[in-house]
Amino acid sequence: MTTEATKTGAFDPIRKIFIKVGVLPFFLVGALIIFTALSDKFLSLQNLVNVARQSVYLVLVSMGQMLVLISGGFDLSVGTSIALTSVVSALGMVWFAGIFPDAIWLAIAFGACMGFAAAISVGLINGVGVAYFEVSPFIMTLGVSSVGAGLALFLTGGVPVSGLPFAFGDTFGFGRLFGIPIPVIIAAICIIFMWLFMSRTRLGTQVYAVGGNIKAAHLSAINTKRTLMMAYVICALIASLTGLLLTARVESGEANLGSTIALESIAACVIAGVSLRGGIGRVENVVLGAFFIVLVQNGMNLAQVSSYMQMVLLGALLILAVIFDQMRYRMILSGN
Amino acid sequence: MSAQPLIETKALTKQYPGVLALNAVDFDLHSGEVHVLFGENGAGKSTLISMLAGANTPSQGSVVLDGQKAKFDSVADAQKKGIYTVFQEFSLIPTLTVAQNIFLGWEPMKGPFIDHRTMRKRAYEMLLELGFDIDPNAVTSHLSRAQQQMVEITKAFHGDLKVLILDEPTASLTDKEVDHLFEFVNELKAKGVGIIYISHRIQEFSRIASRVTVLRDGAKIGTVNIAETNEDALVEMMTGRAIDEIYPKIEQGTGEILLTVEGLRTAGIHDAFFEVRAGEILGVAGLVGSGKSRLFRTVMGLTTLVHGTVKMRGKDISHAPTRDIIKEGIYYLSPDRKAEGLDLAKPSKDNLAINLVMGDKVGGNGQLVKWSEVNAEAATISDYVELHEGYRNKPVSQLSGGNQQKVLFGKCFGQNADIIIFDEPTVGVDMGTRAALYLLIKELAESGKAVVVISSDLPEVMNLSHRMLVLAHGHISAELSGDDMTEEQVLKFFFDETGAKL
Repeated sequence: MTTEATKTGAFDPIRKIFIKVGVLPFFLVGALIIFTALSDKFLSLQNLVNVARQSVYLVLVSMGQMLVLISGGFDLSVGTSIALTSVVSALGMVWFAGIFPDAIWLAIAFGACMGFAAAISVGLINGVGVAYFEVSPFIMTLGVSSVGAGLALFLTGGVPVSGLPFAFGDTFGFGRLFGIPIPVIIAAICIIFMWLFMSRTRLGTQVYAVGGNIKAAHLSAINTKRTLMMAYVICALIASLTGLLLTARVESGEANLGSTIALESIAACVIAGVSLRGGIGRVENVVLGAFFIVLVQNGMNLAQVSSYMQMVLLGALLILAVIFDQMRYRMILSGN
Repeated sequence: MSAQPLIETKALTKQYPGVLALNAVDFDLHSGEVHVLFGENGAGKSTLISMLAGANTPSQGSVVLDGQKAKFDSVADAQKKGIYTVFQEFSLIPTLTVAQNIFLGWEPMKGPFIDHRTMRKRAYEMLLELGFDIDPNAVTSHLSRAQQQMVEITKAFHGDLKVLILDEPTASLTDKEVDHLFEFVNELKAKGVGIIYISHRIQEFSRIASRVTVLRDGAKIGTVNIAETNEDALVEMMTGRAIDEIYPKIEQGTGEILLTVEGLRTAGIHDAFFEVRAGEILGVAGLVGSGKSRLFRTVMGLTTLVHGTVKMRGKDISHAPTRDIIKEGIYYLSPDRKAEGLDLAKPSKDNLAINLVMGDKVGGNGQLVKWSEVNAEAATISDYVELHEGYRNKPVSQLSGGNQQKVLFGKCFGQNADIIIFDEPTVGVDMGTRAALYLLIKELAESGKAVVVISSDLPEVMNLSHRMLVLAHGHISAELSGDDMTEEQVLKFFFDETGAKL
């Protein structure tokens, strides 16, 4: 017997917000209160602008992660895509610049393309494994992340690749256009692109459908395998772009970039209301979710929480978010 | 029949916020009696038995067990008092053996350890006593649904069983298995167990039951003796309308041949030949496991086609992927709306939108979705399938089975299809909604579409179809039309083992 109970009371608006957008507003308010109390610098404009700039990288990766999560999987290999891109693109640029020392921008473009190619192959392998061989996304991307990280270390021997063209770091790491940092502009373009993709295109709609019920999607004329492949490839591509921006920022190709970003991006998505069961999630909320994670890290830094303790808190935050996600999904299904 | 009822409810009422699920129902069950509870989905049957089974507590009224007022704290408490319920959803753990499942929570112990040997021996004895031919060491997931049901029933025999509640036990059983179950029910009757039996299959009632209580909208409409009633009268009591108002009269068009299947073969299907014509309803009947669903799932590319050709308007689509077959104009509605049909966490408009986005009905062929057009069309479809406005923005998981089915029906209007295949179109749907769904099928057929209705509900296929395929053991055992479509004929071909072709 189903009941369409109507609960009323003081908690009703809170429940409605929770069901609609998830746990993010509550976490955001909590974080703002706590960190403002702990440090008077926290709520300053300068600090918030700083957070916005730092959050670019996580925002980008989280959007890719979101795409895969909505398709019903998840991608633990985003960090590997970043590392591999960093190493491969740096090697490419250094090699090309060594042969044609005058064609700096060509060298940058060549290196970037190689980095993208490396990440696309990571995405393709993930996609083929998940879509065609039906390997669980957890195992598939965990395995691939080990393969990719190993390759990145192998290619560099564990030593950072230095000697990148100065123009690369100057432009993509520290450059500004109309006073706005270039990475921020790139992230903004990506956000608009992803928002349009998810809410306005047929392909985006198909990703939601596949994650919601893959069999129903199949019976609605959707090419489910191609959709899954696409999700993993786009995710790897966005991670790759992030890898390039980070490489430009550190001005060297490093195999240890992005080591914690898989966990952070999943946390950002789940906190932003992306369901781990797939089918549910919104770009604008994920951007806020990633911003929130960086905000918390920034707040903890200002409050002088040690980086080890930060790991503990971040993990706890993720678990908490998943628990709330579970509750929310049950509420959505039952209507209570 | 003893004078004092075994179990009795007095003005039993269950009030949920905003919904009166059960309204002062008096019900009684004598020992050695089978008493049928009959009603549409949502009529209050489940609410009534959940209170007898201890899964729910009444708001008002009382339950009287053996002449004494009883109160059940939990399902376990009710079981201790001799009331056992076999719910529709099985409570078996698929990875455990039959013996382990039977003794789940009651494991015989030897010191601190489970005594597996005693457990197997006792499980074997229990199954033997009940006459179930099941190996206690078999892993449960390897059993058929009927066998699983038997294991479920065996679980009821730990304690002193007084009342057995069977919730739609025959919904997924073959006729042979049903016979077996009824033999067993009759044995239980002889032992003095009282049985509350919930089923939609009216034909079954006279075989085992003595009385029927009909519920509608949470209220008791009446209790009648089986001997003094008939099918039509019961349906009328249940729905409040006569049976010929349920199945519409459908005009047959004389359309062209759209789909031709020749020599189709796959695992479980042998050499099927048939055609589907526009403006006609083709019924497909057969027992569970006869391959009636598999045949059309193969046509749709959901099961690998081993041999044969499938042609849509002369175009070979034998090995095309499902999405291309849909684009050729064939749409298939899954029998399992939860697993294959709907995205449960989304509202109906999002579920309908998928088909509209993929189909060619709105927005042209571009990559961008015109949401205003899609949403407007989704609303039109919702109006057409009579989905109430208040349900459109709720996740479909919150809707009743009937409303979920309306959403599923809506999906077939999301693209331009010429053939629509309904696989079990009204499974778990109440009579009122059924009538509405049948009207949709009628309108489709009369507008010149070809409609295929695959169903285990024989009256449904017979009343809707212009022509029928009967399947037995993966063969098309008969193609019937006109006056040949009688129940005897169809049943004869259900068991046809020769696979005689037309």
